[in-house]
Amino acid sequence: MWSLAWTLAFVFLAMALSGWQRLGLSRELVVAAVRACVQLFLIGYLLKVVFHLNNLWLTAAMVTLMVCVAADNASRRGQGVAGRFWRVFVAVSATEVCTQGFLLAARVIPPKPSYVIPISGMIIGNAMVAAGLFLHRLRHEAAARRGEILVLLSLGASPKQAARTVVKAATKASMIPTIDSSKTIGLVQLPGMMTGQIIAGADPVQAVRYQVLIVFAILASAAVTTVVLGFLTYSRLFNAYQQPLL
Amino acid sequence: MTHSAREHPWALQFVNVSKWVVGEQGRRCVLDRLNGRVATGTLLTLVGPSGAGKSTLLSLCNLLQTPDDGEVWVLGREVRDWPVSQLRRKVGLVWQQPVMLPGTVADNLALAARLHHEPPADGAALLCRVGLPADLLHRPAHELSGGQMQRVALARTLANQPDILLLDEVTSALDREAADVIEKLIVEWVNSEHKTAVWVTHDTEQARRVGHETWLIAEGRAVEQAPTAQFFTAPQTVWGQRWVLAGQSQGERNA
Repeated sequence: MWSLAWTLAFVFLAMALSGWQRLGLSRELVVAAVRACVQLFLIGYLLKVVFHLNNLWLTAAMVTLMVCVAADNASRRGQGVAGRFWRVFVAVSATEVCTQGFLLAARVIPPKPSYVIPISGMIIGNAMVAAGLFLHRLRHEAAARRGEILVLLSLGASPKQAARTVVKAATKASMIPTIDSSKTIGLVQLPGMMTGQIIAGADPVQAVRYQVLIVFAILASAAVTTVVLGFLTYSRLFNAYQQPLL
Repeated sequence: MTHSAREHPWALQFVNVSKWVVGEQGRRCVLDRLNGRVATGTLLTLVGPSGAGKSTLLSLCNLLQTPDDGEVWVLGREVRDWPVSQLRRKVGLVWQQPVMLPGTVADNLALAARLHHEPPADGAALLCRVGLPADLLHRPAHELSGGQMQRVALARTLANQPDILLLDEVTSALDREAADVIEKLIVEWVNSEHKTAVWVTHDTEQARRVGHETWLIAEGRAVEQAPTAQFFTAPQTVWGQRWVLAGQSQGERNA
């Protein structure tokens, strides 16, 4: 515990730099450090109980809670898009069901909370980032291409036809970070899961196997999330008279 | 009102149409209980000061905006009762600033057909119609000059075979020669095919040249509505008289 306390020195270093450069971030740094400690310890003790109980419903409830938090966070990026929380919730849930369901069905991972919950966390976390980027980009593209959308609508295009380019651009833009980080994985950064396993004493090759699994699942999760979200949100760019709202 | 509108299917009818917009300075009335009707086969020119509501009036006709009050009837049916895609095919709109979609000129001309899953129109013939050479077909649309883009935008709308054409200052960015081509095309399209056009223009002489009927829009109302010849020779309202006088002074200065 004392060795962990020493790591607070990193926070003090960041605060000292902030004070020296007058960035005004000291309060933010304290809040972030306290929140990180409280949240991580809470989740640590909670996971200990859930792993010990090894109960299917408890595991499902835990995953659902993760999806809710992810949907709430990502949907904040999509102001102006009505009903975005539920749309992100459905997209992230679909991603979790597809990817985690496949891993379990193919027996790539055992149906234990100690496997399902951490891997769900990575899949849902990545889906959340992709969904947030998608919504942000969708608003930006819809505003930037408003002229094109109006031309298409005035020629009698349906909302789906008029929104096609915008949704396509937002989907591509939100998938690029995931694809790029997958390309440089192992070269620029050693991913968290693999690093954690190696530190815990696992065989690095075994750690790589799990990491490859995660990389593939994350690639699929970005694709599933953004494509499902595209189908669920394009109609919200228009009102009942097929007039653009953004 | 609705009864008489159904009995007489005018191309366009505006019944107590009001429209407000919310801007930085709060809620503003753009159209204020505007009334008027346009018979099929008429080329109506809309004139009036900037911000009077002319462009808003156009966008109500193909439901790109919705009236806040009153009714807009298109070919005997209220705009909100039309299937939206069908209405917008019937009522084409060309803006002052042409917007080209990514791709070639041919792609832009084939757009309407692609949207409606129909065989594409003859791109070369469409270009010829708006006075452009057929060798432009395979040029990227974004490389065209502003005047060429405007003509391609018009051809793209005509490819949809509308019954009513809404034109929002479509020749304001064109040189005299190109504007003449467009004027002749629209006048011929209206007269020979018995179509209807509503043309917003700031060019008083153009309004006089091409119009069958002219409306002066000011402060959100159609303050003078008359056959074009009468509008410019014997305006009935003070608004109309002032507008025609101002137009004459402007014409003399330009001459």
